[in-house]
Amino acid sequence: MADRAVALSGKTGLFAAALVAGLILAALVAVFTAADLGAGLGPADWAAVRFTAMQAVWSAMLSVLLAVPVARALARRRFWGRGALITLLGAPFILPVIVAVLGLLTVFGRSGVLNQFGAALGLPPVSIYGLHGVVLAHVFFNLPLATRLLLQGWQSIPSERFRLAGQLQMTPRALFLALEWPMLRQLLPGVAALIFVICLTSFAVALTLGGGPRATTIELAIYQAFRFDFDLGRAALLSVVQLALAGAAAVAALWLIPPISLGGGLDRPLRRWDARSGGQRALDITVITVAALFLLLPLGAVVLRGLVGLGQLPPSVWQATLNSILVAGLSVMVLAALALPMAGWIATRRHGGVEAIGLMGLAASPLMIGTGWFILINPVLDPARLSLPVTALVNALMALPFVLRILVPRLRETLQDYGPLTQTLGMKGWALWRLLVLPRLRPQLGFAAGLTGALSVGDLGVIALFADQDRATLPLQMYRLMGAYRMEAAAGAALLLLVLALAVFFICDKWGRWHADA
Amino acid sequence: MKYLTLAAGVLGASAAWAETPELTVYTYDSFVTEWGPGPAIEERFEAECGCDLKFVGMGDGAALLARLKLEGARSDADIVLGLDTSLVAAAKETELFAPSGLQADYDLPIAWEDDVFVPYDWGYFAFVHGTDISAPTDFETLAESDLKIVIQDPRSSTPGLGLLMWVKAAYGDEAPEVWAGLADNVVTVTKGWSEAYGLFLEGEADMVLSYTTSPAYHLIAEEDDSKTAALFDEGHYMQIEVAGKLAGSDQPELADQFLQYLVSDAAQSVLPTTNWMYPAVTPEGGLPEGFDGMIQPGKALLVPNGEVPALREEALDEWLTALSR
Repeated sequence: MADRAVALSGKTGLFAAALVAGLILAALVAVFTAADLGAGLGPADWAAVRFTAMQAVWSAMLSVLLAVPVARALARRRFWGRGALITLLGAPFILPVIVAVLGLLTVFGRSGVLNQFGAALGLPPVSIYGLHGVVLAHVFFNLPLATRLLLQGWQSIPSERFRLAGQLQMTPRALFLALEWPMLRQLLPGVAALIFVICLTSFAVALTLGGGPRATTIELAIYQAFRFDFDLGRAALLSVVQLALAGAAAVAALWLIPPISLGGGLDRPLRRWDARSGGQRALDITVITVAALFLLLPLGAVVLRGLVGLGQLPPSVWQATLNSILVAGLSVMVLAALALPMAGWIATRRHGGVEAIGLMGLAASPLMIGTGWFILINPVLDPARLSLPVTALVNALMALPFVLRILVPRLRETLQDYGPLTQTLGMKGWALWRLLVLPRLRPQLGFAAGLTGALSVGDLGVIALFADQDRATLPLQMYRLMGAYRMEAAAGAALLLLVLALAVFFICDKWGRWHADA
Repeated sequence: MKYLTLAAGVLGASAAWAETPELTVYTYDSFVTEWGPGPAIEERFEAECGCDLKFVGMGDGAALLARLKLEGARSDADIVLGLDTSLVAAAKETELFAPSGLQADYDLPIAWEDDVFVPYDWGYFAFVHGTDISAPTDFETLAESDLKIVIQDPRSSTPGLGLLMWVKAAYGDEAPEVWAGLADNVVTVTKGWSEAYGLFLEGEADMVLSYTTSPAYHLIAEEDDSKTAALFDEGHYMQIEVAGKLAGSDQPELADQFLQYLVSDAAQSVLPTTNWMYPAVTPEGGLPEGFDGMIQPGKALLVPNGEVPALREEALDEWLTALSR
């Protein structure tokens, strides 16, 4: 039934999905063919698989559970600086990991704010290193993202529902059960799966904060296999395990999503009449304050350290900045071409299991994709010449699952609510996109473009494998500065990166929310 | 079609005649940055060779070797610069390198007997710390102390591997016990040198695995004398960085000329304050001021290149066991 509700063609979407799967599988096959297959995976590899899965489950669960009250509080309140806070929610996610880790350590580290505060009170020092540290860092990265995605859910509940709830004087509990919980049931599994997959490919964060080789992840094993052992067979096998774990999580989660809709509204600006009691207000204020502190303290450390280093930036950083902007622009374009048809195809299906294909780009090790494509390109062309387009493509692939997660729920809802009308009017093809889909998805499109651009600015990904001196991007240049003792200049570059990524994010997101009161 | 190929071949060949010869050198990232040795070395060499020297930077030494293996004999590289002694055996196994035939009067603490690779700079691994702590004098006192150290993972970083070899070279079969003792001193293990050094500067650890020459950077470039390196009685493990000529090079004479140039005063005098390592041949003017204040290990440790791969397997297992507990 729902499959045939609108005349949105699935062909382009199917083609885009096949292309995405093809790009990744081609890389995998290339690595396999270049390898002489030796022994399979050893016990150490399986220990890495177990640790990777465990920390990813914890990180995903905690990020999502904590994001619910934060998003709820942000959805219920209007206050000065709310817009800025929501934009900053994108920040941890796009920072290069080492910068974010150093920021976190300023707060939670051995000589961090928290321990100094504790020492003043005579408390013993608390160590951040261990599984809890890994999870803490992953929550720092992903809680804001989850909050943003859930906030979109709250904004998709028609304003009329809240007005009705206000007239009926529903208690917060009743309102939660009637309006918020059905919306959350639709969103939570997908968001959790997404974060699970992000944490699956974690390497430097897990190792650094995990406190040692106990915290070995699959990605580290892949890195070792590619770089030190040059055991391509093992690297490819590990990549397959990574893809399989991600795929399983995605399919399971997406299958759980019930195909229900809260119904259409008149798209009035959202206003809330509920949750006006003192208790509810105090709860929201506490939640927002704690979340903001958790987010802003480490970010503040990054900014402060960066300000010192801004004066020491070498000229090459500016060239790298231009390259990064170019890559970001390319990524957004590639992504638009891939994600829109795919979202259209997925949204018309009753179950969203096929969205799992989108997750492949994120689940596949960038090192694997990079090496695979290097093997494929090298006999034909100098890979360095293709470094920027390849980086843009890989960044787009990595952003694809986020973008699908942003677009699909809204698109599905739009199609369900307006499907019959469009059929009556005989709307299809481009007209359907132009008159219905794109205008209704504008906030989501802006958010998605912003996220992709920002992610692409901050990503190190495959550029390190392909780039030569003239084509380095800003994150790569920052790592190079760090590698040459120039930590202050590197901190300056990190600040530049943060500002650039946030600017990209802000501009796109602003475009999306042009007429919206949110 | 055939004529087209022929025409393209002829045109290509005549174009190549007209051009100045090009020498492609693969090296690690930090060598080619504007603050690294690359620019000065390129300028000076081009002035004497009448050629175009092209540096291609990629990752670190291990990434270099991985890239070379991916490209195999098709590689455009004429020279690979930036492998270290722990990678030499693996590099030779590829059979992609040709003997250098170069003899130089090296100022290395050990005798250099490899006929394929040319050493250009070297350093000792050491734990760097602030001058405000009293440093241990060997691994055992370090293990007994409460000092916190941050080290690099030997599975992803060359200094990390160097530390593994250091303990192995100093303690042999007792290495597992040394690591067991050190386990509670290790705050954490990082992916690479940059992360570890960054963590140390943030105050996350009292000491960090780096080089004896690291304090020279702080002293010369930042005029900061608050960092020093701990002198260990067991001796210090060496890292020697080498360059090699590829057998498949289309510019073999130019490649030889470059290797010769690399150990000359012109190139060697650039290295100390750009790569922050000791030059393989001390230039006529001696070392820059500031280097004389660095600690002088009494004993240089180095596992013979050929024995590294086997020893690495064993040491890695011991390390994983000790630190995974």
